[in-house]
Amino acid sequence: MSVITLNVNGAVQQVDVDPATPLLYILRNDLGLRGPRFGCGLGQCGACSVIVDGALVRSCQLPVAAATGAITTLEGLSQNGTLHPLQQAWIDEQVPQCGYCQNGQIMTAKALLDRNPTPTDAEIREGMQGALCRCMTYYRIHAAIKRVVDAQGPGLAHAAVGTDSSTQEAAV
Amino acid sequence: MNTLTSFPRFIQEALQGVAPSASRRQFLASSGALVLSVGASALPGARVLAQAAAGPYPDPDFLQLDTWIVIHPDNTATFFVGKTDGGQGTGTAFRQMMCDELDMAYEQTRLVMGTTDTTPDQGGSGGSDAIETDGKPMRRVAAEARRVLLDLASEHLQTPLTDLVVANGTVSVRGTAGKTVRYAELVGGKRFNVALTGNNVNATTGTAAVKPVQQLRVVGQPIPRYDIPAKVDGSLTWAVDVKLPGMLHARNVRPPVAGAVLRSVDERSIAGLPGVVRVVSRGNYLAVVCEREEQAIAAARQLQADWVAPAEAPFPPSDALFDYIRNATPTSSEEARVSGDPAAAFAAAARVVEADYEVPFQGHTAIGPAFAVADPSDNQLTIYSNDMKSYGLRTGVADFLGLPRDRVRVVYMDGPQVYGRTAADDAGFEAAFLAHELGRPVRVQWTRAEETAWDTKGPAYTFRLRGALDAGGAVTGFDYEARAADYAHLGYNEPDTVLIAQLMGRRPARIADGGAALPSVKYGIANTRFSGHVVSLPLVWETPLRTGNLRDPDGPQVTFAFEGFIDELAAAARRDPAEFRQALVEASTEDNAFRKSRSLAVLKAAVAAYGNWESRPAPKALARGPIHSGRGIAYTYRSNTVVAVIADVEVNRDSGRVWVKRLVCAHDCGLAINPLGLRHTVECGMLHGLSRALYEEVQFDGEKVLSVDWESHPSLRHADTPERIDIVLVNGDPNPERPDLPHYGAGETSHKPMIAAVANAIFDATGVRLRRAPFRPERVLEALRAAQS
Repeated sequence: MSVITLNVNGAVQQVDVDPATPLLYILRNDLGLRGPRFGCGLGQCGACSVIVDGALVRSCQLPVAAATGAITTLEGLSQNGTLHPLQQAWIDEQVPQCGYCQNGQIMTAKALLDRNPTPTDAEIREGMQGALCRCMTYYRIHAAIKRVVDAQGPGLAHAAVGTDSSTQEAAV
Repeated sequence: MNTLTSFPRFIQEALQGVAPSASRRQFLASSGALVLSVGASALPGARVLAQAAAGPYPDPDFLQLDTWIVIHPDNTATFFVGKTDGGQGTGTAFRQMMCDELDMAYEQTRLVMGTTDTTPDQGGSGGSDAIETDGKPMRRVAAEARRVLLDLASEHLQTPLTDLVVANGTVSVRGTAGKTVRYAELVGGKRFNVALTGNNVNATTGTAAVKPVQQLRVVGQPIPRYDIPAKVDGSLTWAVDVKLPGMLHARNVRPPVAGAVLRSVDERSIAGLPGVVRVVSRGNYLAVVCEREEQAIAAARQLQADWVAPAEAPFPPSDALFDYIRNATPTSSEEARVSGDPAAAFAAAARVVEADYEVPFQGHTAIGPAFAVADPSDNQLTIYSNDMKSYGLRTGVADFLGLPRDRVRVVYMDGPQVYGRTAADDAGFEAAFLAHELGRPVRVQWTRAEETAWDTKGPAYTFRLRGALDAGGAVTGFDYEARAADYAHLGYNEPDTVLIAQLMGRRPARIADGGAALPSVKYGIANTRFSGHVVSLPLVWETPLRTGNLRDPDGPQVTFAFEGFIDELAAAARRDPAEFRQALVEASTEDNAFRKSRSLAVLKAAVAAYGNWESRPAPKALARGPIHSGRGIAYTYRSNTVVAVIADVEVNRDSGRVWVKRLVCAHDCGLAINPLGLRHTVECGMLHGLSRALYEEVQFDGEKVLSVDWESHPSLRHADTPERIDIVLVNGDPNPERPDLPHYGAGETSHKPMIAAVANAIFDATGVRLRRAPFRPERVLEALRAAQS
């Protein structure tokens, strides 16, 4: 066990845990977050996705001791009570069915738009490919992302929350 | 201790999150003063509260109006229904149906679902029956509540009923301004004390009649689902989020090969690990229980156990499955259903077409592996679960553990998708068992591999089909023979067949026969023979290849074979596949629930929505270049909902990849309660079917499942999404304006014809008929090359 300091959604918190523990379990079980979810524990489905220092990260694969940057979870996307445009678009398009994977869908979409504010259809398909949905809400997810892109207009990407906007897919 | 109000605050808030500020519990808890001042019997649910204080968890009485509807002092209402919503929006639809009958606005109401001591037992979800069957008593009890309220209002306002009008929960006198009374003033915070009648929950009724369809105002509106905002902002508490004081974390350790016997467990192998509370083994069931989740993961990985593999192979490898099914001696055979004289028809045929179809085992493989939390506090058991049949879980667990039923309850909360008999059943029993053993709350979480390997499967099938055509291309005879690997098909939450019971050595007194289903298509064919056989794999119990209901349990398999073969007959007859089907439906004499006219309506509507449907036989002329495009149609129904789908595909001749570029669906489920939610359900049902058409297959060697994650068991992904989906909601009733237009279910019908539609489109594009699902690239390539050589 060791004391680890985490910066989650702008708040600094300390946990005393095995440093090899995947970040996912700390976020869920110690910090009480409900956005990131266990889907596979293998980095294959995206349900556990969070953003660390602007990079999309599978929190089931990242040891908590390595999570030294600013962590943003689904709960951290809304600011001052206002939903992130993607979250609003998700409601407007009525995207979820069961909704279990939607954390991964929304966080992946955020990372996509942070690095490419005006993706083409092909770029949306490619950029979202790692986020699995078993209710098959893909068609609506694409509609929701396009809704945000269209509303922003070219060159007006929503700024990354609490990070710089140079989001990259993290290789963890 | 008052158990009804003894939820941890976290859970209390979660339940209120589902039904903000007015769940029955919160209502009861916050109305204590009322209990003291007017006595327990005056309070809705007070009988429940009184019993709960003594301990037992009662069954809410469906014959009491107070069980279903509570009117609050703020003139809002809470509805209590015994259903669950796996994300198809049935909860929103129930509210709409009940609002309309009660004459309250949608915004004035809330809904609580599927918690065994709080809502009447409507069985949870299943069979796409929510709107079709369970919605009916909901409408009737709401109509009854309105009748009672109007009687009270008549007395209160000293005005005859005929002069009263009601809107938004306020009764007023026609033509007399200011003479009004709100529902809340009549019964707010008090009991209706009205008994209902009915032999079973589905028959529950009062004396009031439901409204004619033409008077419904909330029904038919595209109201957004109430559960979605909290699902996208991270504020919803799901069943997976439940944490209780002192809660332990458990992981199962499964037999490494099917049918293995646990000889010994070496607990010293995890002696050095932190947080281990107990290793639990009972028969071949093995689990580790730890203080923290990551500790349980590590301990389950490291624990050494001595397993003895069975002497006989538990099943053939998946490559040999279909030959095995075809050659096995059936465990049961249904007597063939014969009409006319098929033998004579085949003897006289100008042409006979024959084909074999094959569908492998396919799994639920939920996005979130199975889980449950069980709390044994107060010598009782509360299970937190997303199991779609929460009532069955409660009864099954009580039986399994030998507890009185009234000591067990299940709290239903949102979770990953549930389309039938999922491993949520198994995990619920495991959590209950472990919590009971350890005397502390336990959370069980299955791993990805466990879920993908061990969850219940839709049965694998082989089909043998023959069709007779006359010289004019008309179908004169049809012979259908199905074989399903479905012996010992699992029911829901059975204390003798859930996985932990199997592993502990329990066996049911009677083994379920399983079934090989017949197609749900009523074409007018004169001479037919339909038969089905069930076969068993060598290992019946303690096997990951255990079958159970998976979204229209046999529909996708059977419809693939039947509608694929009808397409073959159309092609052999050189007829347009849509026109061929229309003619077959026209020739039908069966018209239950007006299915014939509604079938014709969806077939025509699908072709119309497709636009520029060129009348021609399949396949179309082979294109140059690597991309071949084609169209395929399939038609079916489930229960009384009728559907026709058209798929446009692109087949890449070089890679074997199939992309379904466009989907068109014409769908008739009668009265659409919420067209927005309905379209979404139809759309996602189609895409789930597409995933089964293109990717999903359980693969195994002779002793264990090999498809255990999202690489070895691929699923539809973003890149596979059609670029266009058109859904047409059809009302093909011969009297479309009738006041009693029924509302049928929609959870499965559009899912059902998808494998067939895709296969038919691939044939149209390439001239190659794929008769074995799924159509993975390597299989498509193989078929294309075989056809070339």
